[in-house]
Amino acid sequence: MEIPLDFETLRVIWWALIGILLIGFAITDGHDMGVTALLPFVAKTDEERRAVINTVSATWEGNQVWFILGGGAIFAAWPFVYAVSFSGFYLAMFVVLMSMILRPVGFKYRSKRPEKAWRRNWDWALFIGGFVPTLVFGVAIGNVLSGAPFRLDSDLRITYEGGLLGLFTPFTVLCGLTSVAMVVLQGATWLGLKLERGEVHKRSMKFGFVAGIAVIVLFALGFVFLKFGNIGYQVVGDVAAGGVSNPRRAEVVPMAGGWLTNYATYPWMWIAPIVGFAGPVLALVGLKLKSEPLAFGGSSFGIFGIIGSVGASMFPIILPSTLDAKSSLLVWTASSSHLTLFIMLGVTLVFLPIVLAYTAWVYKVLFGRVGIENIRTNPDMY
Amino acid sequence: MDLSTVELSRLQFALTALYHFLFVPLTLGLSFMLVIMESVYVLTRREIWRTVTRFWGTLFGINFVLGVATGLTMEFQFGTNWSYFSHFVGDIFGAPLAIEGLMAFFLEATFVGLMFFGWDKLSRVGHLMVTFLVALGTNLSALWILIANGWMQNPVGSEFNPATMRMEVNDFMAVLFNPIAQAKFVHTVSAGYVCAAVFVLGVSAIYLLQGKWVSVARRSMAVAAAFGLASSLSVVVLGDESGYALTDNQKMKLAALEAMWHTEPAPAGLTLFGIPNMQTQHTDLEIKVPFVLGLISTRSLDRPVVGILDLVDQAEGRIRSGILAYDAVEKLKVNETDMAARAQFEAHKRDLGYGYLLKKYVSDPRTATNEQIVAASLDVIPNVPVMFWTFRVMAGIGVAMIVLFAVAFLLVSLRKAEHTRWFLRLCVLAMPLPWIAIEAGWMLAEIGRQPWAVEGVLPTFMGASSLTKSQIWITIIGFTLMYGALAVIEVKLLIKTIKKGPYPAKMGHMHDEAEASPLEGGKGVTGPA
Repeated sequence: MEIPLDFETLRVIWWALIGILLIGFAITDGHDMGVTALLPFVAKTDEERRAVINTVSATWEGNQVWFILGGGAIFAAWPFVYAVSFSGFYLAMFVVLMSMILRPVGFKYRSKRPEKAWRRNWDWALFIGGFVPTLVFGVAIGNVLSGAPFRLDSDLRITYEGGLLGLFTPFTVLCGLTSVAMVVLQGATWLGLKLERGEVHKRSMKFGFVAGIAVIVLFALGFVFLKFGNIGYQVVGDVAAGGVSNPRRAEVVPMAGGWLTNYATYPWMWIAPIVGFAGPVLALVGLKLKSEPLAFGGSSFGIFGIIGSVGASMFPIILPSTLDAKSSLLVWTASSSHLTLFIMLGVTLVFLPIVLAYTAWVYKVLFGRVGIENIRTNPDMY
Repeated sequence: MDLSTVELSRLQFALTALYHFLFVPLTLGLSFMLVIMESVYVLTRREIWRTVTRFWGTLFGINFVLGVATGLTMEFQFGTNWSYFSHFVGDIFGAPLAIEGLMAFFLEATFVGLMFFGWDKLSRVGHLMVTFLVALGTNLSALWILIANGWMQNPVGSEFNPATMRMEVNDFMAVLFNPIAQAKFVHTVSAGYVCAAVFVLGVSAIYLLQGKWVSVARRSMAVAAAFGLASSLSVVVLGDESGYALTDNQKMKLAALEAMWHTEPAPAGLTLFGIPNMQTQHTDLEIKVPFVLGLISTRSLDRPVVGILDLVDQAEGRIRSGILAYDAVEKLKVNETDMAARAQFEAHKRDLGYGYLLKKYVSDPRTATNEQIVAASLDVIPNVPVMFWTFRVMAGIGVAMIVLFAVAFLLVSLRKAEHTRWFLRLCVLAMPLPWIAIEAGWMLAEIGRQPWAVEGVLPTFMGASSLTKSQIWITIIGFTLMYGALAVIEVKLLIKTIKKGPYPAKMGHMHDEAEASPLEGGKGVTGPA
């Protein structure tokens, strides 16, 4: 079969698509995680907490699929990235899975028994399920930017030389905190949209305000690290963009400030960081003006810009190796075959719009604020 | 290659997969039973059917979340514990997993929330549509997972590329319409339907025995009896035995589960009982039914079913050919344009995986001794006694389920089910059986695939990540503790929900109780519902 799109174009499209999936995950599942991370702090009584939980009770399940699809899509489009990152960050991934397992059961089981201790325990389980993965994902992005200690031998078998604690450096912790601030802002602005106005709503807005400022400061600090922190890589020489998917055919070496060179080469990429700053600023304005849609929109926009900045800074590198110049993964050397990328693009173009359409419909059906009154009268509520 | 880290990763995969698959079958079947129950509600507009639907929906929800929660582990475990496998076959294997997310899991997960929270926000037909989409999503999900699994059992539509050191797809349609995947899909979802039918039958029987919530139980039992009879026939008749003649490993599976060491003249007999012995390569105390196996597996009277030891002989030949393929790949790594090596690779590439079998004994298969080649050829035999017995457990329960549902269907049709107490007790006792059969079936399929991760392509021991034993122990213990705790909580919540019943007991029977059956007179109050 003649494939109508060339390999290089497909690889760029998939780089963008993976980015979109990760952004979709951070925007949708992000607000659920933000909501549960805020749960013990914005809501005190059981009814307040139930109100908070029921702002996401009917939709978190669909949102979580962005995470699963992200995993599946990386597997299908970038098998090397799937293999290297999840085996390399083995215990970190285990921590993420364990805490994410707590979410489905937390949502569903909390309301099944009336005892205070039962519900309090599930509240903390939900908190862990929101806070811990968010922190670890941010730290993981920090490690992707810093490079990971792995090599590929001539069979392309992966060996990894690093443990769980090695993942934490000042820069990666900064990335983790940025992720937490971003998600807390997303959760707080969601509560702004979805909760009936009152005490809990007010508290959420306050948390949102603090988180919004934190996002701006931390994101700016991240750029300071990229500029002065001896972080960054660059590709040596030319790599065939339509060439063989074998990471050993390209060479990547550390270069301080290397993550900022793309912005000089392609000035349009500045859009990403600009949106990354403008988003949380808009969110703060929305919070100030009591315009909840503006606050939530600004926050979502900010997520788009912040994750987009990571992609823009690194392109075409996906995961640099700190140990071996010839093991790093690039958009040009770590992808699936030409045919697989093409087939998966077709499948995505058909199904992603369908998914977005029915998701929008579900949100429309469930439109409206949740308040204590609903909790008292509707037996379906968690 | 450190075998014990491989064994640990296998143990973890088995534990997490077997555990995940405690919840999934009930989801697969119960979702469609909810569609049936709710359809009756929409058509008859009788409140009782809404009560029936919502009651089973509550139990469905408690079970569903654990399927979702444990599914998270499955999606990432290939990368965490099987990174070389993920690299080696990701070009093919990743696609069905991604499509599963996009096409199936989004569907079920997006609509399941509306199914629980949308009763007052949607029209009757609208809500039925939502329930149907959840059921469709769960079943499509199973389809894509089994396409992925089917490819591991029969890796069609792909070939090895020495430049990227991995399998790459060349015919995606062949992967989709892989006959083994299709057979597995029908077999597995049918098993899920049986599982749900037995669950509904059993819980209904408990209510009928206690004389509680009779109006709900009687109707649920009727649905379960019909749905269960159709599914239990499907699961056996459309069992995935039809694929057993297709590949060497599938033939080996068939021979192993029959403990048939030597090729028998056609048509082969079916072994009812025996004690297989791996050492002597003989099955003691065999009791055979003539003709049956040949008929089932080859669908003919004249084609033989190949025995284990003949398949071992074939494997030895393929290993010798695989050494040449391995040699060609190593030469091509050094010089891509080596035409002689390219020709050698083309001639032997289908046996490369057999060459890899030697890596268990020697790092470079080209230096293998004759003894090592013979040892590697014997490795293609899976664990025969385990295969033999898991098959008998699974198939035995499968047949028992047909009998149970035939009786159930008959008694329900004669309107005698609720008063036949021995039958009701039997329904309760049968409740664990489908789970036992399903877990046995998984073991049969996956232990039978050994020594391969992907049949003929990649041995299991090569697929594992380079992890340390302590890392894997941490995760095995962690998952076991977490899963154990969740299992206890889930079972307690299911029991609590069942005890609480479909509606508050003090309300007595629903108002349509009396008109439906005068036989329960005297029990409870006929108060308004």
